[in-house]
Amino acid sequence: SLDRFPLGEKRLMDVKLGELGSWLGKRDFTPNGVLASIRNGHDRYYNKYINVKKGGIGGVAMLLVGYVALSYMWEYDHLSEYRLWEYDDLRVPTTYNIIHLKAL
Amino acid sequence: MLSRIVFVSANAVKSSSPLGAGLVQLSHLHTSPNSQAPVPALPEKGGKTRHGIIPEEIFQLLYPKTGVTGPYVLGAGLLTYILSKEIYIINHETFAAACMGTVIIYGVRKFGPDVAAFADKLNEEKVQKAQEVKDLAMTSLAQAVLDEKKEQWRAEGRQMLFDAKRNNVAMLLETNRRERVHMVTNEVKKRLDYQIALQTLHRRMEQEHMVNWVEKNVVTSITPQQEKTSIAKCITDLKVLAKVQQAKATA
Repeated sequence: SLDRFPLGEKRLMDVKLGELGSWLGKRDFTPNGVLASIRNGHDRYYNKYINVKKGGIGGVAMLLVGYVALSYMWEYDHLSEYRLWEYDDLRVPTTYNIIHLKAL
Repeated sequence: MLSRIVFVSANAVKSSSPLGAGLVQLSHLHTSPNSQAPVPALPEKGGKTRHGIIPEEIFQLLYPKTGVTGPYVLGAGLLTYILSKEIYIINHETFAAACMGTVIIYGVRKFGPDVAAFADKLNEEKVQKAQEVKDLAMTSLAQAVLDEKKEQWRAEGRQMLFDAKRNNVAMLLETNRRERVHMVTNEVKKRLDYQIALQTLHRRMEQEHMVNWVEKNVVTSITPQQEKTSIAKCITDLKVLAKVQQAKATA
């Protein structure tokens, strides 16, 4: 029933899997468009979780969890030095742990 | 709960950031500056979240296929996967995160409702103040309407005022007319009195003159002959009277 509408105007959840690529191509990637999408997302999150009479902790907690996850992803390269084992082999410790075990 | 404080203080920081909460909210509620539609009320409760960090929509999404425990099993499987593949690396910070998480969860569980009630009270006070201002404005405006109606009723009474003034003017005119009538009467009476006095004077003068003239003529017409005879008559009369008197006295 949504086939009559042009592709660029459909929402993400209404787009079929096969036409996802062409839908992505039709999206507005101009700076104004990017800003508009950021603002739209902010509005949706804000009006759903924060701009209410009796908000819960979820509104802020989800933002904090997202911040933690994002910062973990950015630090992953640095943190990968502290791995406990190499690849899938649990018997081979990493360089960092070899050094510390040798020090012991 | 924390979002309540965010909202309460959102107005304070509205102007401090370009994407500040209040500005965005205001810029999207009314698209034109002249729209008169009432601002829609805020929703009572926010989007539901399970355990504070997972939106309820995930659970609703998976319920038809996996039932109630589906998302929890998904969570456990994901956790195992990221731990075993060392996508999440257990290091010294994991312990710190666990301690902080425990403290945070304990704090939220214990003090959550109190902070929520406090923020609600702040909001209540704000709303009440605005409501008071609105009520005051309403009562004062209603009073102004009543006063205006009263002034209109008073203005209708102007007719009576004009009638009274007309009566006053008529009375003044009447008084003036009567004064003048009196004056006229007096003046006419004075003139007529003068004429009467003049006539009486004429008559008196004529009378006196006539009397004087008659007296003078009579006096001059008494000849010495008549005078003598009259004196003799008088003497004889006196004598007779004396005799009568003597007779009366001795009798």
